[in-house]
Amino acid sequence: MSNPRKIRILVAKPGLDGHDRGAKVVARALSDAGYEVVYTGLHQTPEMIAAAAVQESVDAVGLSIMSGAHMTLFPAVIDALKARGAGDVLVFGGGIVPDDDLAPLRAIGVAAIFKPGATTQEIVDWVEATIRPKLAS
Amino acid sequence: MSTRAARILAGDQRTGARLMRDLDDGLPEAIEVQKALFPSTGRAFVLGVTGNPGAGKSTVVDVLIERYRRQGKRVGVVAVDPTSPFSGGAILGDRIRMQRHATDDGVFIRSLATRGHLGGLSRSTGDVALVLDAMGYDIVIIETVGVGQDEIEVVGQADTTVVVTVPGLGDEIQAIKAGILEIADVLVVNKSDREGADNSVRHLITMLELRGHDATPVEIVKTVATSHPAQGIDDLILAIERHHARGSSASDAAARKKKRARAQLGDVLHDRLRRAADAALAAHPDLVEQVASRQLDPYSAADTIARTLLKP
Repeated sequence: MSNPRKIRILVAKPGLDGHDRGAKVVARALSDAGYEVVYTGLHQTPEMIAAAAVQESVDAVGLSIMSGAHMTLFPAVIDALKARGAGDVLVFGGGIVPDDDLAPLRAIGVAAIFKPGATTQEIVDWVEATIRPKLAS
Repeated sequence: MSTRAARILAGDQRTGARLMRDLDDGLPEAIEVQKALFPSTGRAFVLGVTGNPGAGKSTVVDVLIERYRRQGKRVGVVAVDPTSPFSGGAILGDRIRMQRHATDDGVFIRSLATRGHLGGLSRSTGDVALVLDAMGYDIVIIETVGVGQDEIEVVGQADTTVVVTVPGLGDEIQAIKAGILEIADVLVVNKSDREGADNSVRHLITMLELRGHDATPVEIVKTVATSHPAQGIDDLILAIERHHARGSSASDAAARKKKRARAQLGDVLHDRLRRAADAALAAHPDLVEQVASRQLDPYSAADTIARTLLKP
């Protein structure tokens, strides 16, 4: 029998910039791939994102960050998840992130960063390779 | 009692949320936890909120949460959005309107996708509401998908059902009279700062009068949920309370409990039978073949399969 588990992903837009087009495109693409996508809209604090991730019991949180505050927001979201006992929720993201910041972000536990130009199919492929196997057990 | 059940009864959000997911995915072990939780449920007031797509259900729920929190009550919300029949995926966006409550520990919001279930809810909605009840939320609000005429399943789950509509639907309001209007315990005309609000209220009054003299009274409340402060919400809270009070005589309460129990039991039973039927169907490709080649009619084939199901 096929796995009855449905992948659930929270897509959130932390911080103060109002550019949510990317987040909406990604949410739509993930939904088209058959996942349940919880979309929480603009101007989310790390605390709000972590609380929603817990209540929605998602497998992963996708953050769209265009403001340049990624070195602050990614760790803040990861810490807030850990504080709520949800350190196992994967955090990935997209947006404008300079190459020099990629290694430090990975080091603090960001599972993947999709840079401008990445296709939505790359994100779906990553979900299938990374999250799907976790649900099989 | 299992540690999972004990944690949920203590209000642990992470454990409760994970159980909701296991229930949504139909895991058998989740049902065992439900069995342990069931005796501790039945305490929450369950409020159903339904209505046309775009009527403002989520916004009305958002302001209801705010008022109930001011009264010191803990609020759980189950918000249902449709699953795409093509991709099987869903975008669950009801939280957007309720995000100011995101970090309030007295509020728990859970989004569900219909996953192909008709009736305005997901198959798991009743179970998820039960978990919120077990977690100690005083009020559990069930927000349905945007509905048309016959998605009225929420009635079986709720103590009080609020139907949200908006001015300007005109003949469409006529159209809903056969369906969701009849299930309303309280009617809300939201966005009532728009033209035609009083007209809509008159329409609704006329339709309610058609129900005859012995019909239970239904209050109509005009709201503007997006204004600051929201208008009409105190009236709505009072109308909900009055409906609840009318039904709180011992005999009414017992009747309502029985109705809920019947709906609950019926849901579980139908679900089990459907699964058993699907499994039996999968085990009889021969019969499918015979129906396809017109050697056998589907009625006789179904009789044959049903007999195998009902065998002790």
